[in-house]
Amino acid sequence: MNKKDYDKLVKKATPPSKKTRDFLFAFLIGGSICTIGQLLRELLLYLGFNEEKVGMTVSAALITLAAVLTGFKLFEKIAKHAGAGTLVPITGFANAVISPAIEFKPEGFVLGVGAKMFVIAGPVIVYGTVASALYGMVYWILSMF
Amino acid sequence: MRKIGKRCLIFDKKISIISSAGVVGPKEGQGPLAEYFDKCFDDSILGQDSWEKAESMLQKSAVETALKKCNKTSDDIDLIFAGDLLNQCTASSFGLMDLSIPFVGVYGACSTMALTLINAAISIESGAAQTAIAVTSSHFCSAERQYRFPLEYGGVRPLSSQWTVTGSGAAILSEGDDILVDSCTVGKIIDYGIKDSNNMGAAMAPDDVKIRPYPKLEGMVLYNAQIQYSRGF
Repeated sequence: MNKKDYDKLVKKATPPSKKTRDFLFAFLIGGSICTIGQLLRELLLYLGFNEEKVGMTVSAALITLAAVLTGFKLFEKIAKHAGAGTLVPITGFANAVISPAIEFKPEGFVLGVGAKMFVIAGPVIVYGTVASALYGMVYWILSMF
Repeated sequence: MRKIGKRCLIFDKKISIISSAGVVGPKEGQGPLAEYFDKCFDDSILGQDSWEKAESMLQKSAVETALKKCNKTSDDIDLIFAGDLLNQCTASSFGLMDLSIPFVGVYGACSTMALTLINAAISIESGAAQTAIAVTSSHFCSAERQYRFPLEYGGVRPLSSQWTVTGSGAAILSEGDDILVDSCTVGKIIDYGIKDSNNMGAAMAPDDVKIRPYPKLEGMVLYNAQIQYSRGF
């Protein structure tokens, strides 16, 4: 058997993910997270905070919530069903940083927590920064004409 | 020892598994095989402060239980062949350190138990050892973080993903006439280019021992087994 035939067999034998259910849960849970964020924003605006501070406060609140839930091992239970619903909002990024920090704590605070904390989120930060720098350059060049 | 073909060995001595032990974690202890295990721990971390130390404890416990079952001590053992899934076989080295038995580390991931048994049998056949132990272990939590993601990471496990066993198995081999290791065939490395770390079944399914052609039918069996397997999680 060659690689191609085997690949076909594997594709046939591997059960596909349940897309309808996955989409539904991702929409509902992801939507709920965004709704919580929006409610918080409205509340803060109502209380008279200015627009800029409200944006930061809402992000920080959601990050803190995701971090606390990760610490109590609840995030993984929600995320198991939510999939992209918890991954895409800022909560997914918080979880990606906090989870290795907890996992590698037995290896010490410097080489464990410190070094391994960005093992998942690191690439996102690196390529995110590179992409924004490139975008900035393109924008700068275009704005000269 | 006779050699048949290129890689099949038939042993002349009657090499027997004189004792064996299996110790597992809590999830395995709730499974259908629970009654066959010698020890089911209620706590995945076994009171240790890391998953790796817990895995070492599993391996130590399996060997000690197997020794106890045949009334032997570590002094009666000439060689121990051990391996696990971790870098540098950490669980084996640290778990078996206190037994002070001459130690041979074997790394074969899922084939470790077969490899350690083969090595132990060959060493008895050759006269290098009279009594040898074959042992292996794995731990879901240490394997997950080494090969995939931290446990707390909110990922979705695809239906094809397997659950690494938390447990350890040990077999003591010596001449006897109980269950015999009378022959062995050493496998070759076959790579069909599976890159998905969540589909270990597909990576390990190809084998070079072709008893019959491997097309459709076996694929379906594999499919059903995986469906049933993933349903519980």
